[in-house]
Amino acid sequence: MNEKQSVRLEKVDEYRWLIPREGGMRTDGLVYADERMMGDIKKDQSLQQVKNVAFLPGIVGYSLAMPDIHWGYGFPIGGVAAFDEAEGVVSPGGVGYDINCGVRLMRSGLERTEVQGKIKGIVDALLVNIPSGVGSHRKDLKLDKGQQRKVLQKGAQWAVDQGYGRWEDLEHIEEKGRILDADPELVSHKALERGRAQLGTLGSGNHFVEVGYVAEVYDEGAAGTLGLAKDQVTVIVHTGSRGLGHQVCDDSIRVMLQAAHKYGIELPDKQLCCAPLGSQEGKEYLAAMACAANFAFANRQIITHWVRETFEQVLHIGPSTHRLDLIYDVCHNIAKVENHTVEGRQQRLCVHRKGATRAFPPHHPDVPAAYQEVGQPVLIPGDMGRCSYVLVGTRGAFEETFGSTCHGAGRIMSRHQAKKSAHGRAITKELEAKGIYVRAASMGTLVEEIPEAYKDVSDVVNVVHGAGIGKKVVQLKPIGVIKG
Amino acid sequence: MGYEFLDHTGDLGIRVWAADVKGLFQEAARALFDIITDIEKVEVHVDRKVTVEASTVDELLVAWLSELLYLYEVEGLLFCDFALAEIEEGKVKGVAMGEEFREGRHPIKTSIKAVTYHQLEIKEKDGRWQAQVIFDI
Repeated sequence: MNEKQSVRLEKVDEYRWLIPREGGMRTDGLVYADERMMGDIKKDQSLQQVKNVAFLPGIVGYSLAMPDIHWGYGFPIGGVAAFDEAEGVVSPGGVGYDINCGVRLMRSGLERTEVQGKIKGIVDALLVNIPSGVGSHRKDLKLDKGQQRKVLQKGAQWAVDQGYGRWEDLEHIEEKGRILDADPELVSHKALERGRAQLGTLGSGNHFVEVGYVAEVYDEGAAGTLGLAKDQVTVIVHTGSRGLGHQVCDDSIRVMLQAAHKYGIELPDKQLCCAPLGSQEGKEYLAAMACAANFAFANRQIITHWVRETFEQVLHIGPSTHRLDLIYDVCHNIAKVENHTVEGRQQRLCVHRKGATRAFPPHHPDVPAAYQEVGQPVLIPGDMGRCSYVLVGTRGAFEETFGSTCHGAGRIMSRHQAKKSAHGRAITKELEAKGIYVRAASMGTLVEEIPEAYKDVSDVVNVVHGAGIGKKVVQLKPIGVIKG
Repeated sequence: MGYEFLDHTGDLGIRVWAADVKGLFQEAARALFDIITDIEKVEVHVDRKVTVEASTVDELLVAWLSELLYLYEVEGLLFCDFALAEIEEGKVKGVAMGEEFREGRHPIKTSIKAVTYHQLEIKEKDGRWQAQVIFDI
């Protein structure tokens, strides 16, 4: 691996670090972290990646990184960058392979005590009902070409049309579960083939479904608006666009390597290849990316339906008792054209969020009616052994980070280190001793996901809360998890 | 010929060396499947012809590995042996040999999402070829 280059850093305040513009950088970098976290961040090449993003044409404001930043490929994970619609670029590497990998959170009408004793039954049934791991998919969900096209065009709306979930769910999804500019004609045969049997599958790696409960309430008012109270059972679904999204990214990068050359864009790293937003290549990428994003919205919607069915089967209750309502669904890997005010001027910007969450403030028109007074819910999953957080978007985030905040814990150990550290340990037993029942399709991926492989998500969330680019509402703790 | 794994916080990389470019492509493909499964447990029962195109030799390596990953994901094929018929300007022709994934027989160690261009490198030094590739996990 390449030698780590030293990156000049200036501490701005308790939570902010500036990477001053130098060389080919077009702007400064700004990283959100506290002193202790910065010690870890400096150990990998992610700060160099923040610098590299600053090289791209048309970047507006800072090249940003959230406190869960870690070394990605091209953009850092936890990176946010906005580009001017007229002069800027769009980069598939700024979204990543798992397009619209994201998280949704459901609340329930159940208390922790009603579920705890039956958690093994629920988790085992989730693992049966929700396909996870290599090649598994449900026999009752098969799509022909026409239907697959509709999924790409209509996203979660298609899923609801087919009876997966309810119309009210759509109100509580980023973009209402459907990005409108999707053009299935721009999705390759290969991408369609990879996606064909993968709709309604969890996938592996860090993807999961988690049953938990509200462990702490920080903001009673906002929690009440989100319908959350202490000890209430919740469910998180974390997955993305699966092989279809990976292939869309792969296909697009090949196009963009040529395009960057054609438009004379100098790249510090090939993975940052990009094209002007106004170019055909740029527009086509966004339209293909929208298809993959819609596939991911549909995927999470279908899985949500199966989560509800699982609770009904195992607990012998109906929807009016479990009341598994969708609180919100956010994208973690996406590029979107949005309106922002920069230095007092309204601008149309393409905001890339790679391992970052949109965090729009109260009264923003894109925030659902029910949350207008508190802001957009932001869902921050942690590792499977500790906790997760629900935040809301803030005015501070809108002004400083193009309405963006962190997305999770962020890895601290490589997968190899994690495997070594887990060697000889019974990970599922350790977690069970902590009251968390975990089942995984593959033990291989489970050991890569041990809790200590991640930063403590509480540290990450405390930084964004302290910096004012997100506001803590509740903390969730897991009691049952399925992993891919 | 040989390969080693490189540690990367989020993902995983390989460093591969061989006497020539063909060998490099073979070893990189073996390393890919060694990450996914226990390659010693894969037998040769089927083969697939693989042809890919790209404008430079490093992009060609990514295209070759991506195609193998595609065959694994769509057809469930695990490969353990590779023969490269030709590598010419912008094109690779080869055969990948292996068998279909079987639950219980083939452990899945790690799932790879994609082959990236990040810090991608192919170079010749003192008559030996070396490459570095990072995968998105």
